[in-house]
Amino acid sequence: MTAPIVAARKVGKLFGEMAALVDVTLDVMPKEVVCIIGPSGSGKTTFLRCINQLERINSGALWVNGELNGFRRQGDLLHPLGEAEIARQRRVTGMVFQRFNLFPHMTALENIIEGPVHVLRRPPDEAREEARALLARVGLADKQSSFPAELSGGQQQRVAIARSLAMRPKLMLFDEPTSALDPELVGEVLAVMRDLASSGMTMIVVTHELEFARDVGDRIVFMDKGRVVETGPAAQLMASPRAARTQEFLRRVLTRG
Amino acid sequence: MTQAEGRAAAGLCVSDGDVGIDDTDIARLRHVRPRHYGRILAVLLIVLFAGFLIKSFAEGQIDWPEVGNYLTWPTILMGVVNTVWLSIASMAIGIALGVACAIARNSPNPVVRSAAIFYAWFFRGTPVILQLLIWFNLALVFPRLGIAGVWDVRTVTVITPAVAALLGFGLNEGAYVSEIVRAGLLSVDRGQYEAARSIGMREMKALRRIILPQAMRVVVPPLGNEFIGLIKMTSLASIVGFNDVLRSAQDVYYTNTKVIELLIVAAIWYLIVVSVLSFGQGFIERRFGRGFSGSGRR
Repeated sequence: MTAPIVAARKVGKLFGEMAALVDVTLDVMPKEVVCIIGPSGSGKTTFLRCINQLERINSGALWVNGELNGFRRQGDLLHPLGEAEIARQRRVTGMVFQRFNLFPHMTALENIIEGPVHVLRRPPDEAREEARALLARVGLADKQSSFPAELSGGQQQRVAIARSLAMRPKLMLFDEPTSALDPELVGEVLAVMRDLASSGMTMIVVTHELEFARDVGDRIVFMDKGRVVETGPAAQLMASPRAARTQEFLRRVLTRG
Repeated sequence: MTQAEGRAAAGLCVSDGDVGIDDTDIARLRHVRPRHYGRILAVLLIVLFAGFLIKSFAEGQIDWPEVGNYLTWPTILMGVVNTVWLSIASMAIGIALGVACAIARNSPNPVVRSAAIFYAWFFRGTPVILQLLIWFNLALVFPRLGIAGVWDVRTVTVITPAVAALLGFGLNEGAYVSEIVRAGLLSVDRGQYEAARSIGMREMKALRRIILPQAMRVVVPPLGNEFIGLIKMTSLASIVGFNDVLRSAQDVYYTNTKVIELLIVAAIWYLIVVSVLSFGQGFIERRFGRGFSGSGRR
C-alpha cells in the first residue's frame, strides 16, 4: 500500500478562544483529487492553510510527504523547525489563493520564474523556457509580458496556477480558486484544474463549485464548524449523503441555483 | 398623441420646437466657452505681483555681476561638493538604518522590536543640532575609542567635523526613514507575504524580492521629500566646523561684505541640487511604479 501524501491526525486549531479545527483526521493519497465543501466558517480554508504551514496547528499532527509538519520528533521531544526547514517543507505543496496574489510588480513570466530562479536556483533561461510551456498549458502563451493589472481575474488565476506548478509540487492546494471571479470567467479556471487533475496531479480543492467537485473530485469531504462531518466518493456523497447536516447543506445550495 | 406631446406628458423638458431629445448630440453642437472671471482676476494679480518683485530686485542694491562671479568661486564649489556628498552619504546611512529598523519593528522577538522603537524614539525626540554637538564632543565622554590594550585611538582624531556630521545626520535620518519604510511595508497586501511563502521563499528573501519592491512605490515620494529636507539641514553642520555651501558663502562675505550676493549664490546652488534630485526621483518612481496602472508601465 502506498503512503498518503497528506495525513492529518486529530488536527486542532484555535484562533484565540474560537476552535477553527476540531479533531480533523484525513488521508489524501497520491494522485487523488479531494474536494472540501461546507458552509463558510467551517474551517475548510484554515485546514488548507495548515497543510502548507501558513497557519500553525495547536494539537494533533499533520504529515505531508512523510514528514511531520513544523517539527522534528526525537522520542518524546519536539524540536520546532527553523524558518529554512519550514520553507523547504512548503515546497512540496503549491498553493492557489482565492485572490490570486500574483506579484503585481512583475510580468506573468517573471511571476512564474521567480520561485524556480530565486528559490530553486535554476538557470534563468531554462526556467523561462519552462514558464512559457506552462503559460501555453494554461492557455496564456501570448500574455507572458503582461502585468497582472492588465489581465482579467480568470487570466490572473491561471497565471497563479502556472506559478505554483513551476515549483514542481507534489500536491496542489486550491483555496476557493473561483470565488473571486466574475461568473463568465469561472469556466476557464475550472478547465485548467480539470486538465491538471487528469494529468495525475494530487489536489485538495476547497470549493463552492459542487458540480466541479462531483465531476472532478475522487472524494468529497464535507466540513462544518471545524469538523469533518462526512467523507465519501464524490458521486455517492453528492447523490446520497448520510449525515443530516450534509443533506441540509446540499439541499440548500442546490435548490438556490 | 404626437411625439412632442408624449414627451411633455412624460415630464421631459422640451423647449424650442426644433430642439428635441432625438436630435441632440453634444459632440456635434458648437460649445460656448464659459468665462472664468475669478481666474482672470487671479492672473492679473499674479502678473502684477511678479512685476513688482522683479522691479524691486532689479533696482535694489544687489551687485548681480558679483553673484555671477561667485557662483563658480572655488571656495563656494568646495562647499557645494561638501554639501552634496554629506547629504548623499547621510541619506545612504539613513536608508540602511531605516530599512533595518522598519524590519526590526515587525520582528517576533520583543527585544529586537523594543530596540527599534527606542532608536526611533530617541533620534526623533531630540533636535538634530543637539545630536551633532554630542557626536562632536564625544571625546569628553570617551577620550579613547576601541578596546583598551588591544586597539584604540584618540577620539578627537576619529571624530572630525565630517564624521560627526555623518553620524549625526545619518542616525537622525534613519529614525525618520524607518517610519516611512514601515508605512510602506504596511501598505503591501498580506496575500503577497503568503504567496511568497507558498513558493518556498524565506522571510528575508520575500522581503527583498517581493515586499520591499512593492513598498518602494509608496516609500519613494516621502523619501524624496526627506532627502530634500536633509540637503538643507546639512547647513547645520557648520556648527561643528563642517564647510558646507552656506558656511563657505558666509566665509566669503565675512571678508568682502557682499552678504546678499553670496546668500543668493548659496540659494541658487541649493535650488540646483534639489532640482536635479527631483528629476532623479521621478525616474525612480516610474521604475517602482512598474505594473501599477496610472504610474507609467514597464
